[in-house]
Amino acid sequence: MNMIQAINSAMDVMMARDPDVIVMGEDVGYFGGVFRATAGLQAKYGKQRVFDTPITECGIIGVAVGMGAYGLRPVPEIQFADYIYPALDQLVSEAARLRYRSAGEFIAPMTVRSPFGGGIFGGQTHSQSPEGIFTHVSGVKTVIPSTPYDAKGLLIAAIEDNDPTIFFEPKRIYNGPFDGYWDRPAQNWSKHPAGEVPTGYYKIELGKAKVVRAGEALTVLAYGTMVHVAQAVIADAGIDAEIIDLRTLVPLDIDTIEASVKKTGRCMIIHEATRTSGFGAELSAIVQERCFYHLEAPIERVTGFDTPYPHSLEWAYFPGPVRIGEALKKVMKD
Amino acid sequence: MASDDRRANLQPLSLYVPEPKFRPGDAVDFTSVRLPPAGETRRPDTADKAETFIDLAYELVRVLDDDHQAVGPWNPRLSPDTMRSMLRSMALVRAFDERMFRAQRQGKTSFYMKCTGEEAVAVSAAFALDYEDMCFPSYRQQGLLIARGWSMVDMMNQIYSNSADRLQGKQLPIMYSVREAGFFSISGNLATQYPQAVGWAMASAAKGDTRIAATWCGEGSTAEGDFHSACTFASVYRAPVIFNVVNNQWAISSFSGFAGAESTTFAARAVGYGIAGLRVDGNDALAVYAATAWAAERARTNQGPTLIEHFTYRAEGHSTSDDPGQYRSEGEPNAWPLGDPIRRLKDHLIAIGEWDEERHVAQDKDLAEEVKRAQKEAEKNGILGHGLHQPLDTLFDGVFEELPWHLREQQAQMLAEETASGRPWARKS
Repeated sequence: MNMIQAINSAMDVMMARDPDVIVMGEDVGYFGGVFRATAGLQAKYGKQRVFDTPITECGIIGVAVGMGAYGLRPVPEIQFADYIYPALDQLVSEAARLRYRSAGEFIAPMTVRSPFGGGIFGGQTHSQSPEGIFTHVSGVKTVIPSTPYDAKGLLIAAIEDNDPTIFFEPKRIYNGPFDGYWDRPAQNWSKHPAGEVPTGYYKIELGKAKVVRAGEALTVLAYGTMVHVAQAVIADAGIDAEIIDLRTLVPLDIDTIEASVKKTGRCMIIHEATRTSGFGAELSAIVQERCFYHLEAPIERVTGFDTPYPHSLEWAYFPGPVRIGEALKKVMKD
Repeated sequence: MASDDRRANLQPLSLYVPEPKFRPGDAVDFTSVRLPPAGETRRPDTADKAETFIDLAYELVRVLDDDHQAVGPWNPRLSPDTMRSMLRSMALVRAFDERMFRAQRQGKTSFYMKCTGEEAVAVSAAFALDYEDMCFPSYRQQGLLIARGWSMVDMMNQIYSNSADRLQGKQLPIMYSVREAGFFSISGNLATQYPQAVGWAMASAAKGDTRIAATWCGEGSTAEGDFHSACTFASVYRAPVIFNVVNNQWAISSFSGFAGAESTTFAARAVGYGIAGLRVDGNDALAVYAATAWAAERARTNQGPTLIEHFTYRAEGHSTSDDPGQYRSEGEPNAWPLGDPIRRLKDHLIAIGEWDEERHVAQDKDLAEEVKRAQKEAEKNGILGHGLHQPLDTLFDGVFEELPWHLREQQAQMLAEETASGRPWARKS
């Protein structure tokens, strides 16, 4: 399966298991979503459980809060993460706080799916990575898969979870892994082990990172598309790096990170989002707090620039092999 | 510039900024407020299409006339017992407000909001809805809980953030949440409850339930995007929901003109969405009851949503933090042409021989005593002014279902700080 099919399969499995799971969003019904992630679900589960919505993101999330309070498990789709901002108040002030402010009387168990990230010539309105906004909010979980296998297992776990979860789907790798070389031929998930996805139920616990490459010389922290870029760059550089796919940003798997950096003594953090106050800043602070006496070099952050995502210059913006390669030299010095 | 030549003869534009008719010191004259006589507004069948009664979004549903009689097609013909019950609930809300306002002034809590003059809006709705229906209130519908017979001690515990506060001291006073009484957790962010009510109603419909949802916001917050998102969703899916807009004329110091009242009515917001709109005399308990019952019947028979504008007046300040004397004429509350909702229902009951002044005075005395007793009971659990009442470690409860490591770490840090302070607060056992 590619990642879209895996995500579709996760919703299919959960809708079959739990009649309270419903899917809604712009174009998700008859058409099956602009990325086809919800294809076939309406035909299978009916319009009462899979339906299109008006173009009002604050309405979509506000309605999902009410549905969650009723006892359903809505899986709303925000068509592109760039459009999540109109829904911020409902996510940040309502969904995230409902359990806390009502001392558990009401909960908002929703999974907000949204394609995010660049590399598809989407310009500034179809390319952003807003995960840092949500990791800053108390009460929402943030999940980002990097493979079809993980996407399905994590999405099932998110739908079963009783807390509101933001599930960001790295759309650059919907169809295949991406090594960061935009001018090379596209790869396909069918040739990747993580493209082998069981059709039935399985889940991957939220809050558990995955060591995708074990190594001794350096710890690389990444998620989503950047996991693949990191793997390619590390392979080219021939460095014995440990690459950790975080998978869940909140809650974060601190144990895996800490053990790795204490072992390697070096740390590089890669994300596509803008740099200032990005999640990399949090990771850097955490590693510094816990592993300072084990560090042999300053922590390196490789990120997008503090600009909007530029359409024609997107490969100059993207933290690709060159930028990562330069950072590698710095972090491996001495 | 070239365009300067072409524009040489044009008058400069000017920006219109609305201004309320009366400011402090002004004499008040409400004769320009158009009030159709009671009984005049037609009552469509609940199965009628919304487009066939657009006029009702501009009229005013009124039942109680100047002679204190219930007249016209909207007269809900309630039994004297029901009306006495409604009267008692409204008077109890007022007594509760009085007592809690004073408690705030005595430093027993940080904040309070009265609904004086608007008691009919929540109380009559509570009588017209089923107990099982879910209410998504704003902050001035304490009447829903009172009319549903909810414990005043429990409400006061919340106001005092004391040890028995069901919300563990996590919410501002009066931001109740009572799931058992069909009362959704109140948010301080305005109109966010509107799409939530629609979502609840849609869920109820999708599950083949029979319960409906109702929600309330002030006229000021109809300007919020959430209001319009909710109207769109409700219209599209014919959600079984009742939208209540409490037009009490003032949003803190901004008069209703800043929400668009000079151009149209708030009920007319419904027209553009193709949903039923009603404009109701919000100080007429029978009219509010009739409108709510009518809208509930529409919702329950899959006719979809109804938007009800309750035309009323906020007789007191916005909250205990507000001094309305700074921005509006002192004469306004008494000059308000729709009178006082409690007095109007009382006068009606007296007019039909089902009540009298003596009983009313006695009831007020009883209710004041009842509230006082509840207050004493609640204060046994502590008041906000006497420090914190929650076990310290509850501060982290409910951020997530389970405590992740980073919150556990912060909790441990907080508890260590407390120990180091030498005066540790109580902890969960």
